[in-house]
Amino acid sequence: MITAERKPLEELIQYIKPFKRILLLGCNECVTVCAAGGRKEVGLLASGLQMAMLKAGSNIEIRQHTLERQCDPEYVEELVPMIDGADAIMSMACGCGVQQLAMRFKDKPVFPAVNTKFMGASEKQGVWAERCQGCGNCLLGATGGICPIARCAKQLMNGPCGGSTSGKCEISEDVECAWQLIWDRLKALNLTDRYLDIMPAKDWRPAGGSGPRKIIREDLAE
Amino acid sequence: MENFEPVIVAFCCHYCAYTAADMAGSQRLPYPTNVKIIRIPCSGKIDALHLVKAFEKGADGVYVAGCLEGDCHFKNGNTKAARRVAYVKQYLEEIGIEGERLEMVNMSAGMGDRFAQTATEMTEKIRKLGPSPIRAAMAV
Repeated sequence: MITAERKPLEELIQYIKPFKRILLLGCNECVTVCAAGGRKEVGLLASGLQMAMLKAGSNIEIRQHTLERQCDPEYVEELVPMIDGADAIMSMACGCGVQQLAMRFKDKPVFPAVNTKFMGASEKQGVWAERCQGCGNCLLGATGGICPIARCAKQLMNGPCGGSTSGKCEISEDVECAWQLIWDRLKALNLTDRYLDIMPAKDWRPAGGSGPRKIIREDLAE
Repeated sequence: MENFEPVIVAFCCHYCAYTAADMAGSQRLPYPTNVKIIRIPCSGKIDALHLVKAFEKGADGVYVAGCLEGDCHFKNGNTKAARRVAYVKQYLEEIGIEGERLEMVNMSAGMGDRFAQTATEMTEKIRKLGPSPIRAAMAV
C-alpha cells in the first residue's frame, strides 16, 4: 500500500492557526493500514491539536470524518453537506487524496497532515518497507519476484555491484542487497541460468520519465 | 491553582491491578481518593486514544496498571500496553503536556500494598507538577 507518516504537530499547528473551524479527514484505506491516517489517527490528531490550541489560548473547532477513500470523486462528494461548516480542511490521506479534495473544494484551503512516503508492504506488524516504485514495466517475472528498481539503491538491471557485502547493500547494514536476494531466489527456483541473460538498459519513460502518467480505459470511461 | 487536588485516572487490568486494588481495600490500606479506577479486561486493551482523551477531558495524571512482566493473563497484553504508553508519552510532549503525567506500572494481584503505594506516589508526583496545562487552560 501507499505508506505515510504524520507530520510533526508543530507544523500542523502552523497550518490551522489562522482558522476557526477545521474539517479533519481520514482515509479508510492505505493510511489506515500503516496507522497514519485512519479513523483512530484522526481521533488522536484531533484530540492532540485541540489540546495544543487550547493551551495556546485559542479556541478551535475540529470536526472529524473518515472517508472510505479520498482518491475517488464519488467518496469526496460525500463531504458536500459538511463542507460549509469548515473554514479549512486537513487531510490525513496520501497526496492523491489531498489533491482530490483541493480540486473538488476550490474555495477551501486544504492541508496535508501526513508525509506520503512509498509504495510498500508489511514486513511484520508495525514495519513497512518499500517494494515498488511504479516503474510502469514490471520485470518481477525475470528477477524471481524481487524488484531491483525499488530495492536496489542503484536500481541496477544487472547487479550486484561491488558494494554488496554479506547480503547487505553498502549504503546501510539495514538494507539488504536486492541482487543477493534475486540470486538466492533464482537458486531456489533452479533458474540460475537466467542470471546470465543480460537485461538491457531500462526505458524510463513509462516510469514517469516523460511526465505525469495517466491510464485511460476506453471501455470504462464515458 | 491553590488547594490543587489532582485528578488521576488509573486504567487497571481486571486480573492483576484491579484485584490488587481490591486487596488494598480488604487490607484497609489507605490511598488517595484522587485516583479514579477504570477496570479493563487486560492492560493490552488500552488504546492510545483512551489515554489522550483522558487528558483532553481534564485528567492531571494517568497510569495504566497491568500484570507483572511475563505474567499477563493474556500472554503479552502488558508488553503491548507498555509500548503504547511509551508512544503516547512522546505524543504528549509534542502536544505540550509533560510526559511524566502518564506512566505504566506492573503489579500482581496479591500486591495490595503496591497498588496503594503507586496510587500515593502518582498523586504526589502530579501534585508537585501542578494541574495539567489543559485543565489550567479550561479553567480560564
